[in-house]
Amino acid sequence: MSSIPVSRESALPKGRALSFWRRLRAGEELAYTITLTAAAAMLLITALIVYVLFSQSALSRAKFGWGFLTSSTWDPVAGDFGALPFIYGTVVTSILALLIAIPLGLGSAVFLAELATPKISNALTFLIELLAAVPSVIYGLIGIFVLVPILEQSVVPVLKTAFGALPIFQGPFYGVSVFSAGIVLSVMIVPFIISVSREVLLAVARDQREASLALGASQWQTVWRVVIPNASTGIMGSIFLALARALGETMAVTMVIGNTPQIKASLLAPGYSIAAAIANQFTEATGDLYLSALIELGLVLFGVTFVLNGLARILILSTTKGGHA
Amino acid sequence: MRIRALALAAGISVLTGAVAAALTLTGAGATFPYPIYSKWFNEYHKLHPDVEINYQSIGSGGGIRQVTEGTVDFGASDGPMTDQQLAEFKAKRGSEVLHFPTVLGAAVPSYNIPGVSAELNFTPEALAGIYLGKITKWNDPEIAKANSSVKLPANDIVVLHRAESSGTTYCWSDYLSKVSPEWKSKVGTATAVNWPVGLGARGNEGVAGQLKQTANTIGYVELIYALQNHLPYGKVRNAAGAFVKPDLASVTDAAAGAAAHMPADFRVSITNAPGKNAYPISTFTWLLVPAKIQDPAKRKAVVDFLHWMLGPGQQMTEALAYAPLPKPVVSMEEKAISKVQ
Repeated sequence: MSSIPVSRESALPKGRALSFWRRLRAGEELAYTITLTAAAAMLLITALIVYVLFSQSALSRAKFGWGFLTSSTWDPVAGDFGALPFIYGTVVTSILALLIAIPLGLGSAVFLAELATPKISNALTFLIELLAAVPSVIYGLIGIFVLVPILEQSVVPVLKTAFGALPIFQGPFYGVSVFSAGIVLSVMIVPFIISVSREVLLAVARDQREASLALGASQWQTVWRVVIPNASTGIMGSIFLALARALGETMAVTMVIGNTPQIKASLLAPGYSIAAAIANQFTEATGDLYLSALIELGLVLFGVTFVLNGLARILILSTTKGGHA
Repeated sequence: MRIRALALAAGISVLTGAVAAALTLTGAGATFPYPIYSKWFNEYHKLHPDVEINYQSIGSGGGIRQVTEGTVDFGASDGPMTDQQLAEFKAKRGSEVLHFPTVLGAAVPSYNIPGVSAELNFTPEALAGIYLGKITKWNDPEIAKANSSVKLPANDIVVLHRAESSGTTYCWSDYLSKVSPEWKSKVGTATAVNWPVGLGARGNEGVAGQLKQTANTIGYVELIYALQNHLPYGKVRNAAGAFVKPDLASVTDAAAGAAAHMPADFRVSITNAPGKNAYPISTFTWLLVPAKIQDPAKRKAVVDFLHWMLGPGQQMTEALAYAPLPKPVVSMEEKAISKVQ
């Protein structure tokens, strides 16, 4: 902190602002306070969101209790609400999306960071990051008008003949389904995994690689045994970011999932997700209990995110610790 | 430097203050009538530059909530407020809330059956049966008997409905409740219901897209949307026993048929209305105006706008494919405006 290059001095603003910068540079405490405030603000915002969701859902919590989590009925007319089909849809679509996106994303991140020439790597990374900027409604529209017909005509018939014996590929397919939602989500989250993982892989120290190569390891052995383990924390971070995005995605999911609150073993059956249900019903929700139930759904989504994130962390930690200490 | 900038800013704010309307009314609610409302508010502002009306189409439920909380000057809804909501309004605001029908809408059955290009006839029993999941094949006798000239396939029916809460769903479920006691007891009437069967698609465009892509489907869409996008849709048998094609005239006829029994507060459902030419799945959409408006300038603006909406405003509806109010309803409303105090 005390040894900032002199050349920076000329770029600093004059007058009162300069003295502010001086004070900041001189006072470690000030910097500490500012960063602490920023971190505390994030914590506060999260706590406030949970508090609001908790207090606003009081009516629904009082009426349904824990049964809200296990009931499958969602009847706005009778005022009977249960979240289970929504939880199921959210979890299954997100896991499906991760199952597709993790190998795809990690594979391309390794290629971009380790094998491609810097020119190609930068150009491709730019294109991949563009994918992350596409609005979700566009993904939804592409999903319903392009992906769904392809799935219906080419992919699902093949899956059914190959794996038709499995319960997850049985029953009629109407295009919109948990399966379609999982695929659209996987495309949406893969840029997060690629972009963050590539940066982390590139940041692994050069001497680590050179040491490995000098010991006689091949390039692939170096990547697999040295670079990836070194970057594993960052890669985990990218996966959590992707998971969070998948759990909270609304628009693209509601357009391809079929919006039917039911739990079916088949991935080809329509389902519903928590975020989609809130977005679809909140504006027109009349009656305090209905509104309260929708807010409780938001609270449940918070809980689901918390639990899934924790489980993913445990899973990844237990698998990576085995091989590399 | 700073002083000059301040002076400039002050000058700008004074100028814009002079240009901006002397009076701003805010409203919020239904999305279905939003195109005609924004046209009306825009035209009205041209005629009366001192009055500006802002409208946010946040949905009927939101409109009812906001007008009850008093955060807007008026609300708008595709379904009338329930007795409980009226009581809540009275408890919170200390006065009544008035319903003013503005235009009419309708929900129409649209379908996609490969090999069938004819216009299908639907009996109320067929629609209720399909949406209850009791009629599952297109060649079911209940559908076939009303379409003797059409060869219907033996395929399974794929039922579509709106995923999000909507006034169109309110109208559709209200109709089914009237024609089917089973629907009434099992499902009921609301902007979102617990559907016995079917897939949910988001918005009219979602239903239309799904209809186009999936074979053997049936769904309901807003009449205006079907007209503007040239979707195929069928006729529905009305209370008088005639199969009626939904269009602006038959929807207005439904309102005229119901006008004879119009309650004083205009909270009326016009589904399954009497009248030979009435299209049975029609509905009013309402403005919700507090009966007591404290600010005299605002009160005058609201009253003037309501008179204008019932007069010249009604002439603009057909250009935007909304069915205008029938004459008897207009004159009843003209009288009711005096209740705004």
